[in-house]
Amino acid sequence: MNLLRKLQRKQVEEINRPGKRGIVQFLMDYVIYLVLFILFIVIVAINPAFLSWGNFGNILQQSSTRIIFALGVGGIIVAKGTDLSLGRQVGLAAVISASLLQNVGYTYRMYPNLPQLPVILPILLVMLVTMLVSMVNGFVVAKLKVDAFIATLGMMIIAYGLTSIYFDRPPLGASPIGSLDPRFTILATGRLNLGFIRIPYIIIIAAVTVVLLWIIWNKTRFGKNIFAVGGNLEAARVSGVNVTRTLITVFALAGLLYGMGGALEAARVGSATNNTGNGYELDAISACIVGGLSFNGGIGSISGIVTGVLIFQVIAYGLNFISVTPYLQNVIKGLIIIIAVAIDSQKYATKK
Amino acid sequence: MEKYLLQMEHVDKSFPGVRALSDVTLNVRYGSVHALLGENGAGKSTLMKCLFGIYHMDAGRVIFDGEEVQIKSSLDALRQGISMVHQELNQVKTTRIVDNIWLGRFPRKGLFVDEKQMVERTREIFSDLGIDLDPKLKTEKLTVSQAQMVEIAKAVSYDSKLIVMDEPTSSLSQKEVDQLFVIIRRLQEKNVSVIYISHKLDEIKEIADEVTILRDGEWITTQGIDELSTAEMINLMVGRSLDNRFPEITHTRGDVIMQVEGLTAQDPTSIKDVSFDLYRGEILGVAGLVGAKRTDLLECLFGERTVKSGTITMDGQVIENHSPAEAIKHKFALVTEERRATGIFGDLSIRFNATISNLGSYLQRFLLNDRAITKSTAWVIDAMRVKTPTQRTKIKALSGGNQQKVIIGRWLLTEPDIFLMDEPTRGIDVGAKYEIYQLMMNLAKDGKAVMMVSSELPEIIGVADRILVMSNGRLAGILDGEIATQEEILRLSALYL
Repeated sequence: MNLLRKLQRKQVEEINRPGKRGIVQFLMDYVIYLVLFILFIVIVAINPAFLSWGNFGNILQQSSTRIIFALGVGGIIVAKGTDLSLGRQVGLAAVISASLLQNVGYTYRMYPNLPQLPVILPILLVMLVTMLVSMVNGFVVAKLKVDAFIATLGMMIIAYGLTSIYFDRPPLGASPIGSLDPRFTILATGRLNLGFIRIPYIIIIAAVTVVLLWIIWNKTRFGKNIFAVGGNLEAARVSGVNVTRTLITVFALAGLLYGMGGALEAARVGSATNNTGNGYELDAISACIVGGLSFNGGIGSISGIVTGVLIFQVIAYGLNFISVTPYLQNVIKGLIIIIAVAIDSQKYATKK
Repeated sequence: MEKYLLQMEHVDKSFPGVRALSDVTLNVRYGSVHALLGENGAGKSTLMKCLFGIYHMDAGRVIFDGEEVQIKSSLDALRQGISMVHQELNQVKTTRIVDNIWLGRFPRKGLFVDEKQMVERTREIFSDLGIDLDPKLKTEKLTVSQAQMVEIAKAVSYDSKLIVMDEPTSSLSQKEVDQLFVIIRRLQEKNVSVIYISHKLDEIKEIADEVTILRDGEWITTQGIDELSTAEMINLMVGRSLDNRFPEITHTRGDVIMQVEGLTAQDPTSIKDVSFDLYRGEILGVAGLVGAKRTDLLECLFGERTVKSGTITMDGQVIENHSPAEAIKHKFALVTEERRATGIFGDLSIRFNATISNLGSYLQRFLLNDRAITKSTAWVIDAMRVKTPTQRTKIKALSGGNQQKVIIGRWLLTEPDIFLMDEPTRGIDVGAKYEIYQLMMNLAKDGKAVMMVSSELPEIIGVADRILVMSNGRLAGILDGEIATQEEILRLSALYL
């Protein structure tokens, strides 16, 4: 009996080992944050004025829509997919919402006879539109078994085509849809006055979205199913998870977020064209990866995604602040992504 | 000439906090089959990893073919003449057999690969070993047993003097095991030595010349195979006596729970016209050769595989399982054969793995109740005696036996009436096997029905109340477990071949 107990203790110790491996493991887990922290220090060293509440607020505000997009594609990545059509869906949502919410007094409206609509109506409409577009993605991936990369690559092109058809037509042609209803733009530019502090509405919207998504990921059956499908699709099926439904739902949820974020993006910029949102998918996916999501699926957290977006935004804003050219900024951003994934891969390689 | 081809002497290896090997010695004679025995965690894999240079030994030396060698990688080992046939075969599935064998060292003629020579040399090796396969066949078309033969041929093509086989028979049928043994004998004739790692003592008795037993990272004994009985080997391995490999049967058969009639799968190469009754309080073994479609039978019952015709009647009502989710609603559970591929979520916690099939019962409105999940997980860890530090530990950090217990626990939480188990003890050590048998019997005692597919005949005879024998997708017969013999099962297995 004694020996059995000894055996048992030894096995438990063996299991404990990876956690106790200490400093190396810890560094591996956090080295990306360390790299970024150093970058941050460099920026502050070059221009200490970077550390101000004003900048902090700006960064948060600029991150808001990006967080919403990243939360959408993040779920898809956890389910072992990806979504290249994100940016073009954002564009679709931005153009449609902007076209329905132009100043009634403005002469060159897309719909000159359109009465003033309640702001929420076009927003809900574009959320519905992008949800349907994304559900098609989900269907193609889950039912037709097309790789998510290919399926959403196709959808990216289709969505751009659709947006352009909607956008570029007589009488206005390809001119930006501007002069938006102030009731709409205030969502992105206005602030809630709490007396001692004035919080931008858009930050509040993003924060509420983060909380909702956290609940969905951690406290619902659907959330667990996303991780199951991404972690091991076959095992998920055998365990009774409806894989098809889970995949389509995770895409649908992403679509809802793209739609909402796309409308806010139009409100933030004050206009929209068929090129709004171009390339956003890469920013969102990069932020997810830096935030610890794995392309192998089944791994990731909401806090990781939020951190990833904020880190990227701090770096981008900071590099701008110390007048690094946009070209060099791109080089640095690209390096960060590769380093993040390389570190992640080493982590798994060493465990073998 | 030296007596020993391989001498590993006084090997020590520690990991932080654990002494994995201490003063272990392994001497393998020329042209002999040397069995390496021990429970999971006894140090067999660590010792082999030291041999192949995957781990660096803390102390000790390796003498191979009369010379002291320093092996730094498996490629290095291969060059010295030591190769390994893995438990899970690493082959490029989409290419042909020859491409796999000569991968990384294609014979060349000028700038191009010398296709003719490659095929020719493969043929020679195949005929030498008595392997009847076309070298140009795509690897993905091979059965596990054929793929393994190809691996052995590959080892021979490297002029290996020592071949390590890690659980080579874990997914082979009896007939294929016999074939493998013929090949091993041929290797011996060529003066090639084999280190044979297996949990199957009967096979070791049959094929090995000598046996070395490890326990807790220590060398216990090395003896001629005839000097030890199976029972003695088990005693030495576990360090306690396991008088009986199977628990005593205390359950009794109840009423019919499920009637299966004329079950035929959509896929014409799968099961055809299978009919049988399943009773409460019984363990129904499912035997047959690889390719007999035993797994398919379970999959048809569980809604994993499309059924073309036939009926399943449960407690008097006809039911249809179109998906695993539906089967779970009908109180079925399935422990799959490929634990890693279709069982566990490796990167996720034990907590997640234990409760994923039962999430519905933790819902309060739309949200999951964390406390209930914690309670369930604690129950699984307790009831199944899972050895783990915390609920949040990733399941892949556990041993195979413990992973299997978590999966069985997962299904126990759903309170199934019909428990389908596909090779539930595959790759699990003797102690954990016993626990799983005991668990199946407890389920039967509670009036549940268990269907167990197994390729290990002693296991199926020892545990099952009745044995359903499949042959080539059909039902060949049902035997009474108490009087069934291996010969009879094998005869039925070959009925429709």
